[in-house]
Amino acid sequence: MTRKILVLSLLLSAFLLNFSAVAFAAGSETEEGKEDPTGFIMHHIKDSHEWHFFNIGHTHITLPLPVITYASDRGLEFYKSSDFQNHETHKFGKEYAHNGIYIDEHEHLGRVDGGSILDFSITKNVAMMLIVIALVLYLVLSAANHYKKNGAVAPKGAASIIEPIVIFVRDEIAQKAIGPKYMKFVPYLLTLFFFIWIGNLLGLLPGAANLTGNIAVTFTLAMLTFIIVNVNGNKDYWKHVFATPGVPVALLPIIVVVEFIGLFTKPFALMVRLFVAITAGHIVILAFIALVFIFESYAIGVVSTLMVTFINMIELLVATIQAYVFTLFTAMYIGGAVAEHHHDDHH
Amino acid sequence: MDLIIPSAGLIFWQLFGFLALLFILIKFAWKPMLATLAEREASIDGALKAAEQARNEMANLKAENEKLLQEARLERDTILKKAQEASAKMIEDAKIEAGKQGAQMIETAKAVIETEKKAALTEVKNQVAALTLEVTEKLLRKKLADEKAQKELVDEFVKDIKLN
Repeated sequence: MTRKILVLSLLLSAFLLNFSAVAFAAGSETEEGKEDPTGFIMHHIKDSHEWHFFNIGHTHITLPLPVITYASDRGLEFYKSSDFQNHETHKFGKEYAHNGIYIDEHEHLGRVDGGSILDFSITKNVAMMLIVIALVLYLVLSAANHYKKNGAVAPKGAASIIEPIVIFVRDEIAQKAIGPKYMKFVPYLLTLFFFIWIGNLLGLLPGAANLTGNIAVTFTLAMLTFIIVNVNGNKDYWKHVFATPGVPVALLPIIVVVEFIGLFTKPFALMVRLFVAITAGHIVILAFIALVFIFESYAIGVVSTLMVTFINMIELLVATIQAYVFTLFTAMYIGGAVAEHHHDDHH
Repeated sequence: MDLIIPSAGLIFWQLFGFLALLFILIKFAWKPMLATLAEREASIDGALKAAEQARNEMANLKAENEKLLQEARLERDTILKKAQEASAKMIEDAKIEAGKQGAQMIETAKAVIETEKKAALTEVKNQVAALTLEVTEKLLRKKLADEKAQKELVDEFVKDIKLN
């Protein structure tokens, strides 16, 4: 069994490697005509206006994505990403401006006349997010459907995957970290867990976007946690921040500042942890693949493939751990905000 | 697109998408699912409790049965003992009664025999008296006629008596 899995993952890695080889060519090239591995890696890590899969020879296999712009004087406008790029090289640039709008080589949207414009495009990551949401919806709703059809019976099908996780999040994360008022927060924690988990897992597929390793995505999730924590903060929570009990009056101004900054460092840590863990994993995998093209040697190819397989397995673990950690810390911050403190005991 | 600067467009879509996911899942999945799970856990708890109760009841019933059986056994023993005593007494009584009755019967029989004996003796005496009288009469008559004949007659009579 283990051998079969090993062989399968080796094959998959070879497959990934194959596609990456051609995708690599799409990365930026240095003046000597040699590939620049940083560009190749960054190309995979960052968001983009088009979904680039691989090249066959000089043909780029891409999925053009909608570009949606808003400017106060122009209103909402819809284009497709291929309107703004060179059809041969698929490069964006100011010279490929269309209808007074351009996407520069760093994929920033701009106006030829220099006016301000907002970018609401369905980028690669937005498209990826929609896929993740669709998959989560499909999984969870089909599990919920099982109970709707059969009532309170033993789980079957999708429900037997979803149910243990639901019970784990409810009992091991929410109940333990939040305390008696946990039931109110379980739906948010569950949604958070499934979105991050499925996002992490799909992000590992070759050609997929690095959704949960994108700072905007982790920022949004951390911000939601921040809002939920502080909206539900009780008297004790705020007292702890602005009039920390058990602290001498002279020290209070410093402590209050520290506590106040602490309000923001908690979600900041959430945002950075997920972003770094997922992005770093992708960078390591891509770096091992890049080695093959730097050394151009069969031996390195074999070693790289083995290493990529190994890292991929670790990444499967990381995908789950990071989803768990994000959910757990969210639950702990909520727990801190809703807990009834007894200030008789020390701090 | 930058690596560490969040882009406004993606934040907007992520917020919109995640909140939509959150509300759809809360309404159509988490609420009914968590309710069903709680319901199922309650029903399992209830079933376990009911089983426990049934087990306790069974144990109680068994103990009660055992008690009843014990009582019945004791009762049986006393009944048997009583019956044995009663039967022994009855036999004893019967024996005594029989003894008494036997004695009485013997007594009665003895009395009867005595009476019969007396009656028979009286009869015999009467008979002997009568015979004596007859013999005497006949002897007296013959003596008057012939001495020899008288003797012969007496012999004859004596013979007769022997035959009787």
